[in-house]
Amino acid sequence: MPNPARSWREYPQRYRFEAEKCTNCGYIAFPPRLVCPQCGNREFTKTKLAETGKLLTFTIIRVPPEPFEDQSPYAVGIAELADGVKLTAQVVDCDFAALKVGMPVRLEFRKLYEEGTAGVIYYGYKFVPE
Amino acid sequence: MAGIVGYGAYIPRNRIKVEEIAKVWGADAPSYKKGLMLEEKSVPSPDQDTITMSVEASKNALRRAGIDPREIGAVYVGSESHPYAVKPSGTVLAEALNATPEVHTADLEFACKAGTEGMFIALSLVQAAAVKYGLAVGADTSQGAPGDALEYSAAAGAAAFIFGRDKLVAETLHTYSYTTDTPDFWRREYQYYPQHGGRFTGDPAYFSHILGAARGIMAKAGMKPADFQYVIFHQPNGKFPLRAGEILGFSRNQIDPGWLVPKLGNTYSGSSPLGLTSTLDIAKPGDMILLVSYGSGAGSDGFIFRVTERIDEVRNLAPLTRDMLDRNKNYIDYGVYAKYRRKIRKAE
Amino acid sequence: MRDVAVIGIGMTKWGELWKKSLRTIFVESALLALDDAGVDKIDSMVVGCMSSGLFVGQEHLASLLSDYLGKNPVPAARVESACSSGGLALRQGFIEVASGMSDVVLVGGVEKMTDVTGCEATFALGTAADQEYEGFHGLTFPGLYAMMAVAHMHKYGTTREQLALVAVKNHDNGSKNPLAQYPFKVTVEGVLQSVLVADPLRILDCSPITDGAAAVVLCPADMAKKMKKPVIRITGCGQATDTIALSSRKDLAWIESTHIAGQKALAMSGRKIGDIDLFEVHDCFTIAEIMITEALGIVEKGRGGKAVEEGLTSLKGKFPVNPSGGLKAKGHPVGATGVAQAVEVVKQLRGEAAERQIKGAKRGLTQNMGGTGGSSVVHVFEAE
Repeated sequence: MPNPARSWREYPQRYRFEAEKCTNCGYIAFPPRLVCPQCGNREFTKTKLAETGKLLTFTIIRVPPEPFEDQSPYAVGIAELADGVKLTAQVVDCDFAALKVGMPVRLEFRKLYEEGTAGVIYYGYKFVPE
Repeated sequence: MAGIVGYGAYIPRNRIKVEEIAKVWGADAPSYKKGLMLEEKSVPSPDQDTITMSVEASKNALRRAGIDPREIGAVYVGSESHPYAVKPSGTVLAEALNATPEVHTADLEFACKAGTEGMFIALSLVQAAAVKYGLAVGADTSQGAPGDALEYSAAAGAAAFIFGRDKLVAETLHTYSYTTDTPDFWRREYQYYPQHGGRFTGDPAYFSHILGAARGIMAKAGMKPADFQYVIFHQPNGKFPLRAGEILGFSRNQIDPGWLVPKLGNTYSGSSPLGLTSTLDIAKPGDMILLVSYGSGAGSDGFIFRVTERIDEVRNLAPLTRDMLDRNKNYIDYGVYAKYRRKIRKAE
Repeated sequence: MRDVAVIGIGMTKWGELWKKSLRTIFVESALLALDDAGVDKIDSMVVGCMSSGLFVGQEHLASLLSDYLGKNPVPAARVESACSSGGLALRQGFIEVASGMSDVVLVGGVEKMTDVTGCEATFALGTAADQEYEGFHGLTFPGLYAMMAVAHMHKYGTTREQLALVAVKNHDNGSKNPLAQYPFKVTVEGVLQSVLVADPLRILDCSPITDGAAAVVLCPADMAKKMKKPVIRITGCGQATDTIALSSRKDLAWIESTHIAGQKALAMSGRKIGDIDLFEVHDCFTIAEIMITEALGIVEKGRGGKAVEEGLTSLKGKFPVNPSGGLKAKGHPVGATGVAQAVEVVKQLRGEAAERQIKGAKRGLTQNMGGTGGSSVVHVFEAE
């Protein structure tokens, strides 16, 4: 049975990169949290992630998990964004051979997967070369 | 005076050449290239659709408009390849842009002119002071049936326009629409590919409506072809818009900046809108632009724009259409194309 | 706190056990452990299993397994911390005996992974990661560890060949283990030519999908003495957690939870890393073993690759790592792994490891890890 609620709840993060910043130590929580893992403070202000960054690491997934069965091979990476936040996402529009640590990337709105031909379509962010 | 406050384009980077498609079907590539005046077309990646392209084109429009998205009062995505038959592309777009919850939306369909119809509606709402800003997007990832002539040209792209009353980059001086019931090209519900009437799509369909709208709007405005710096016609192939221009008395120079189809293909609801973004990318303050779209079924929308000083300030705030068209291309073969476009029958 | 001893161990051959269900696999190993211990009555049972729900649609293992072991109404619990579920079960059992709450505790671990397709298994294993911010993006475990490998190779110059040498060593050890899933040797060329799973990791860098179980019986050390059993005590027990997502870690090329758990366990045992004669660690992927040897302090940060190249961690080396064959050759039925590590260490400390025996082994250490290091559990064992 499709369960759209779980993904819908994350739209502010997946569609608009909404995050929260700890009022005490400046830690940026993405997704937002109730407690700062750095200092234990429970108050935050609203912010948004920077949309550009550099790849810290990457790989090419050739044995995919079930919802991504028909997509492999695809590249994924962790990038450090301009605001210091580290984010995990697929890397697309890039030849595998061109992937390297330090590559500049930016966030783009893409489809992640869909539940068959009749289920919900899941959208979110991926990295593209900057 | 109302008009365009911001504009943005999005073109996926994959391309397939006419030769690649012709090879598979045993067709004569040179005659297709010559007959259609088409070399290659854009292909969406499997993770791209009308919604994803609309979001990126609209973000580019927002960058140029420099407005708070919460002030957008209406969002219209015109397409013949909306990802859902029920659940509007417009809500995903509005949510992604942070225009929700105070916003009107519903999806539009009118073959290749759904985008320009959306532009008319958004503009009109602004003129009626019903909304402060209205966003209209023409976007498609349309399919051509395997081996059919349309397979060579059916491409993917999106163009977005934010209409308002202030900070205009182009005033909208006149609008017009010329519509009849003409069954030249259609797709029944639950069918995967469209069908068309062959040569019937020419004179009684495309030309009748394009010429009807062009003549109608110029008469309404009391203008003639020489009064315009640029003209953009809907581009199902390279030949039709050039012929329309010739018949009406426009020169190649007026048509060329918006004539993207030879390297892009027919982006359907994005076709003339992308011609417009490409023209705005190079237009100068004071330039007069005529836009005439066409959608099968059939109808043509006309617009007359006058470019303002502000174009020079905002042009480079987002990617230029020709840059997206010409740079960073990824050529694919027919096998990858068929896989991306789900033309391969897979296991249940 | 009382001293805790391991008086029974049990493990059957691991592999793709088509004919055996989860309950059968568990009970067979549990009976071997009970018989080895020479006990029939137990006071409590703790079972580690990562995901019987996703693999065979079965939860409530506490009831199912105590029932099929014939031990109702014994108190039982199933614990989970992804791939360190087994080590966590051992820790919980240890706490029960050490605290005086129970005398004889059966600790088991089990996983039945072959009743689903490969992609479904990959998905189930992926639930050890952050589902909304890693899994949602298509990450898999090989993918996450591949990213750790790329970071480690970029930072320290660790090479593809050094990763392969871990597989070669562990398969060499595994070829001497009659219970291993893949008791055959591999070569560096063989590893480097095997099919890519998540660049740069290849299939021979990855532990397999396995059905299997393992069990141990714990009791107070005094009871073991009275029963005239070799007294092999658990002298140290440490656990630590870290962020669920790899991207939240400060250093992508370091496993902090293993470092902390290892220090805690060693401190509790009153021993230093140099006192340990053998190590059973969590080589879910070749890169993991390299990073674990650094986190435990067997080698300096960044030198894990060089160490395996120099033979430091081979069966005859100064710090033998994974004499059983590790997860790589022995197999990795997720929830069972942490308990099987204890089985190997106890065998070695009893002098019963045959071809794999490390001469004069007196002290052993097990390190079991969940996810990309979100959980680590370390135990130290010592023979009298």
